[in-house]
Amino acid sequence: MAVYNLQVNTKKHRVDVDSDTPLLWVIRDEIGYKGTKFGCGMGLCGACTVLLNGQPIRSCSTPVSTLKATDKIVTIEGLSADVTHPVQQAWIEAQVPQCGYCQSGQVLAASALLASNPNPSDADIDMALAGNICRCGTYQKMREAIHSAAKHLSTKKA
Amino acid sequence: MKTKNETSRRDFIKLSAQATAFLAIGFSGKASNELVKLVNKTALGVEINPYILINELGKVTLFNARPDMGQGTFQALPLLIAEELEVRLDQVDIQMSDGSGKFGSQLSGGSSSVKTRWIPMRTAGAAVKEMLIQTAAKRWNAAVTECYAKEGAVYKKGSSMKLGYGELVEEAAKLPVPTQPRLKSHAEFTQIGKSIPRPDVPSKVDGTAVFGMDVQVPGMLYASLVHSPTIYGKVKSFSAEKSMAVKGVRFVIKTERNFYHGPFPTDAFKAKAKSDAVAVVAESYWAAVKGKKLVEVNWSSEGAESTSTDEFFLRANEAAKKEGAEYKDAKVGEVGKAFAISDKVIQAQYQTPFLSHAAMEPVNATVFVQDDQVEVWAPVQGPDALVEELANYLGIKKERVKINVTFLGGAFGRKAYYDFVLEAAHISKQVNAPVKLIWTREEDMQQGPYRPGMISAMKGGLDEHGNVLGFEHKLVGGSIMTSVFKFDMTGKSDPWAGEGINLEDSPYAFPARRNSFEYVAPNLPMLWWRSVYASTNLFGHESFVDELAHAAKKDPLDVRLSLLEKSPRFVAVLEKLAQISNYRTKRAKGLGIGIAIARSFSSIAAHAFEVEKNGKGVRIKEVFSVIDCGTPVNPANIIAQVQSNIVFGLTATIKNEIRVVKGQVQNSNFHDYAVLRQGEIPKMTVHVMESTEVPGGVGEPGLPPVAPALCNAIYNLTGKRIRTLPFDIEQIG
Ligand code: FES
Ligand code: FES
Repeated sequence: MAVYNLQVNTKKHRVDVDSDTPLLWVIRDEIGYKGTKFGCGMGLCGACTVLLNGQPIRSCSTPVSTLKATDKIVTIEGLSADVTHPVQQAWIEAQVPQCGYCQSGQVLAASALLASNPNPSDADIDMALAGNICRCGTYQKMREAIHSAAKHLSTKKA
Repeated sequence: MKTKNETSRRDFIKLSAQATAFLAIGFSGKASNELVKLVNKTALGVEINPYILINELGKVTLFNARPDMGQGTFQALPLLIAEELEVRLDQVDIQMSDGSGKFGSQLSGGSSSVKTRWIPMRTAGAAVKEMLIQTAAKRWNAAVTECYAKEGAVYKKGSSMKLGYGELVEEAAKLPVPTQPRLKSHAEFTQIGKSIPRPDVPSKVDGTAVFGMDVQVPGMLYASLVHSPTIYGKVKSFSAEKSMAVKGVRFVIKTERNFYHGPFPTDAFKAKAKSDAVAVVAESYWAAVKGKKLVEVNWSSEGAESTSTDEFFLRANEAAKKEGAEYKDAKVGEVGKAFAISDKVIQAQYQTPFLSHAAMEPVNATVFVQDDQVEVWAPVQGPDALVEELANYLGIKKERVKINVTFLGGAFGRKAYYDFVLEAAHISKQVNAPVKLIWTREEDMQQGPYRPGMISAMKGGLDEHGNVLGFEHKLVGGSIMTSVFKFDMTGKSDPWAGEGINLEDSPYAFPARRNSFEYVAPNLPMLWWRSVYASTNLFGHESFVDELAHAAKKDPLDVRLSLLEKSPRFVAVLEKLAQISNYRTKRAKGLGIGIAIARSFSSIAAHAFEVEKNGKGVRIKEVFSVIDCGTPVNPANIIAQVQSNIVFGLTATIKNEIRVVKGQVQNSNFHDYAVLRQGEIPKMTVHVMESTEVPGGVGEPGLPPVAPALCNAIYNLTGKRIRTLPFDIEQIG
């Protein structure tokens, strides 16, 4: 066991866990944010996606020991205070989720895409979300929602 | 120890907060029949199933007794009540039922929820509304006909007089309950038929929705299991030493997995009734997983050596030569005679694979067994069935079983099979603490149960004009009824297996017809899987209708239209499909189109796949779909479910199958059991038919026609007939 200092959703946390503990289980069971999900444990499904310094990563395959105290980790709970992030709004508008289990990961992956590419093409979306499985098959609605979030963002800027 | 009545009082107090008066309406009797019963505050101990609770503050609580796994019952069932009760869905609180008998059947399965609750839910809402209106009318000294209800209040026509439901409940609760309240006509609906937002959606985009995986109870320990690598194996011995050395690991113990619905144990089925497992119980899940990897188990797996999926299909192909046990209710004329006088007889054999459900949320359950009671927090499709199962298994009273239903992170049938909950109970009992058991993805994939691998042996006869004279569909394979309920299906026609191809589901007017079933044991656990046997049967059925059309040199759509002439709803669906897919327009060279239609779970769905060449393979350009599911309750959700079924059905058609060698499942995770991802899905256009018929299912009917429509399209494009699933779409044609 060892003590690690982590910054999750702008709050600082001290956790005392084994160095090989995946960030996923630290976030869920030590810190208590349950929105980050376990789906495969092998970096194959994206259910455990969180943002590390703005980049989507697979928390199930990220040992806690690889993180620095200055790293900024954002989980779905930290994306917005009141479900107002444009991606969340677009998701609600399009009624994307079915079972919802994969959706934290999808929303975070989509938000990272839009942050770096405000007007993504279908191919960009395919690439950015390729790591996130949705067994309920909400793919087409997600694509529509990303385009509408992009549109919303651009009109807001204009 | 709490009595039953005290428990319900505690629950009641939680529900009604500071209120002192309330109105509770439900159904009397176990069967959840149509009789509505009233309970007031003096009757707290009475066993009712409160589907509607209104307190004096006007707060309306509606109960949803059908777990939500993504199919939308969380909204759809309360909506049926809200429509008649005249409250907006966003004005009410929705609570899940708890598995207790008073709620009646609580199974989300067979796409049955809206279909079976269509009248009872609305009746309950309408009855309460009438009582509230009566009360208001009395207070105003007005006629009932002068009053109307809207959005949680009663109004007097032509005046500004208004009474909120909360102001009326105390008095209304004293009235007799109308047994036959007037239900609204379709034209009067203000919510049914509209795409009203689902109340669970916001919680699914901000991480607050609680799934089984997210349950946390005080004093909880985490468990991970080492299951038998050959599924049915027994533990000869095991060494816990290394595992116990992991910090946080508290127990390493033997446990068991049960394969059959109770009662336990069994006679002839004993060999496949239970397997052993070793549980590692720890203070954190990660410690449990680390401990699991270090347990050394010596397994005995008698008989498993010879179990393989290849070997099963060899036996099934052999068995396909037999007659098969006939489905009497699907018999028309004499196929033998029809084939004898046919100008042309063709035969073909189709094969569909074993598949895993692979819901995104691996199976998990949190269970606390104490003395003679048990509490469960789990993603389960049928809490009432689970109550029975646990009571049976633990030898306790049903009233001592409490199920807290969470959201389900997908299920597709898997979470209506409760082996994992019983495992958690077995472990909790041994360690005397609440235990959260989480299967790894690998176990989820390797331990089954699976969709049965099946063979459809088809035979058809045509006269010299290309008219079908006889049609035979023989099903060969395993039986879910055997695997789950211990029914011996040898030599019998499995009553479930014939779904999707019986006369009601497949009303093709063949002059002679025969459906039959030949049981072949897969020696693996089988289970219902989204759309169940319709998912396997329709591949052969609808592909073969196409084969007959081509053999007759006729257009496959025309053949279907003429054979379905007497089934107007089928014809309307096909006509609509032809229209939205431009089926009749000549396609450019290099483009192909194929269609299939199927009725399952009381709804009709049809797809048209448009495909094009893509190097050595084929690419799906677009999918057009039409569904007739009776009255559309929430059109947006219906479209979403059809899209969901296309993606799910396509995965089953062109991705991996579950393969077993020497009793061991070869797949282990999403790298070797791939599922469709963003970027691999075709554009989908879905049309929902207008209708005022009783609603049919929505969660499954879109799936069965997927594989045959795609394969019919590929034949149309390439002339190549695909008869074995899955296939590699990039290497076909
Ligand atoms: S759980 Fe991390 S990618 Fe699947
Ligand atoms: S919404 Fe169910 S897995 Fe994506």
